[in-house]
Amino acid sequence: MRLPYPDTIRIIRLPCTGKVDAVHIMEAFEKGADGVYVAGCLEGECHFIRGNLRAKSRVEYVKKLLDEIGVGGERLEMYNIAASDGPRFAEVAREMHEKIKALGPSPIREAIRNKKAA
Amino acid sequence: MIVAERKPMDEIIGFIAGCKKILLAGCNECVTVCYAGGRKEVEILASALKMAFMKEGKELEIDQVTLERQCDQEYLEEIRSTIDQYDAVISLACGVGVQFMAEKYLNIPVYPGLNTLFMGVTEERGVWAERCQGCGQCILGQTAGICPISRCAKRLLNGPCGGSSNGKCEINKELDCAWQLIIDRLKELGRLDDYDSLIPIKDWSSERAGGPRKVIREDLK
Amino acid sequence: MRQVQTPSKLEKLLAAGHLAVTSECGPPRGSDGEVITKKAEMIKDHVDAINITDNQTSVTRLCSLASCIHLKLMGLEPILQMVTRDRNRIALQSDILGAASFDIHNILCLSGDHQQFGDNPQGQNVFDLDSMQLIQTVRHMRDEGKFLGGDEIGQPPKIFVGAAANPFADPFEIRVRRLAKKIAAGVEFIQTQCIYNLEKFELWMKQARDQGLHEKVYILAGVTPFKSAGMAKYMKNRVPGMDVPDEVVERMSGVPKEKQSEEGINICVETIQRLKEVEGVRGFHIMAIEWEEKVPEIVERSGLHPRPKVE
Repeated sequence: MRLPYPDTIRIIRLPCTGKVDAVHIMEAFEKGADGVYVAGCLEGECHFIRGNLRAKSRVEYVKKLLDEIGVGGERLEMYNIAASDGPRFAEVAREMHEKIKALGPSPIREAIRNKKAA
Repeated sequence: MIVAERKPMDEIIGFIAGCKKILLAGCNECVTVCYAGGRKEVEILASALKMAFMKEGKELEIDQVTLERQCDQEYLEEIRSTIDQYDAVISLACGVGVQFMAEKYLNIPVYPGLNTLFMGVTEERGVWAERCQGCGQCILGQTAGICPISRCAKRLLNGPCGGSSNGKCEINKELDCAWQLIIDRLKELGRLDDYDSLIPIKDWSSERAGGPRKVIREDLK
Repeated sequence: MRQVQTPSKLEKLLAAGHLAVTSECGPPRGSDGEVITKKAEMIKDHVDAINITDNQTSVTRLCSLASCIHLKLMGLEPILQMVTRDRNRIALQSDILGAASFDIHNILCLSGDHQQFGDNPQGQNVFDLDSMQLIQTVRHMRDEGKFLGGDEIGQPPKIFVGAAANPFADPFEIRVRRLAKKIAAGVEFIQTQCIYNLEKFELWMKQARDQGLHEKVYILAGVTPFKSAGMAKYMKNRVPGMDVPDEVVERMSGVPKEKQSEEGINICVETIQRLKEVEGVRGFHIMAIEWEEKVPEIVERSGLHPRPKVE
């Protein structure tokens, strides 16, 4: 559809969000991502039956963990978007971009930056 | 199996606050099954600890290993050649494994990453419940396979008490009254008359009260 | 009914065929023994014996044994309530001897509310014995003259052994079996949970009579007057093992607030009158918690005053 969405978004493609493990999300933040979102099929329409439900519970788990270590669970979100729904995809991208921009850089990114500067 | 859960992050961070290089050791048995201390949990915790340190401008190097078990010497020996390089070990095994690790490696501080809770079952994925307290004198034969010592909040041997309500325990409406379960099961087995026999005063000397326990099989030594 | 086994005044009254009347006093959350003696003064001429609760609801209070001694020093007849939640078998046997040394001749054996309800939910609990095993223990000490460990007791305690029964707890179908079990364990008198559902109680009594249990144990029916409609609703909804029928709550609510306490007493007196007709009921246990001053009125209006005398 060639709809524009912010260039701050880096897309990692998977056959199913069920492939996303908690540690993948953690590593993204560890490497300095300011925000992460997991976009899966609409609930009840997962091509692999329940993969998106697994992703949802893993996202919930990691959100709590990020709160516990002070990075902030609000930097992580789960979205459900139909594969064909281009406009919604772009909308979510913009939404997440705005949200993370408002939150500012993640403390981990700051730490990496400070370390490089030292 | 033994059921445990991860300690709060700030407690774990507190243990290793002054460390630069640690080993995170998981266990492939019970704590894997209850998603508390297996290989995956080790990975996640390693990442979380790294980030917690980075936030404070500190560095933490973490090596990860998941041993088959931490309650048998053979598996703990596997790390002997490399353990001296670490400031500390966080063991994600149950309390048994943490202690055995500490016994084997006297020169390295070993910290528990988990709170060990009970011997229990997986009622469904994500729900683990206590079933056994290791009293050392199993009475399951008299109570239709349901243990009043581990499942009755007052460990009554001749229950239920007056607080049993709708089959639930007085301390928690989500908790089944063990004696209701026993009575129901006895009925199903056509053995409700067993209920009329008084279960005698228990010998608790084989339980924790009698002191730390040991089983020795001379024929196997 | 049965031979008197102890110097207990309560036992003697029951054995002589009188309807017994007991009540209870809750000890203070402090060390002032006069709280007990003042409560006892209010009721002493209207009851035969007085229960002292044992850290009820797991709330720490002046201990039951010391409170019973205060009553004894007034010349009154105490019933020592003893829970197994807080003491192991050593302490239980020891306290039984302590009671006997002050000529306290009645004990009520209970398991006890879980400590979660009280002021020390983080504390340990003991439950070395349960209530039935405690009954067995007292009988063993009295009748065999031996400690649980087997040694002889120098001057065995002479104690009349009681327990509680709750016809309204779940599961109903085994409540009479439980009574039978307590009798098999050696219990000699029972005080029931307070009764509002007379049909259910009468059904329980009938089942007990069918097994001849009413002749093996003295059953004292428990009653508690409602102070207000709010109290009735609270007990109906928030207290496990309590059965308060809707009609009773409605009766309390149907009366203006200032008249409710009077209505509560009326219901209590009517309950006692009706229970007098139930075969196997050998007395009443009036639990007027923090309302001890009403006990004399209840006893008098129920036709149970003056109290008979025994040797």
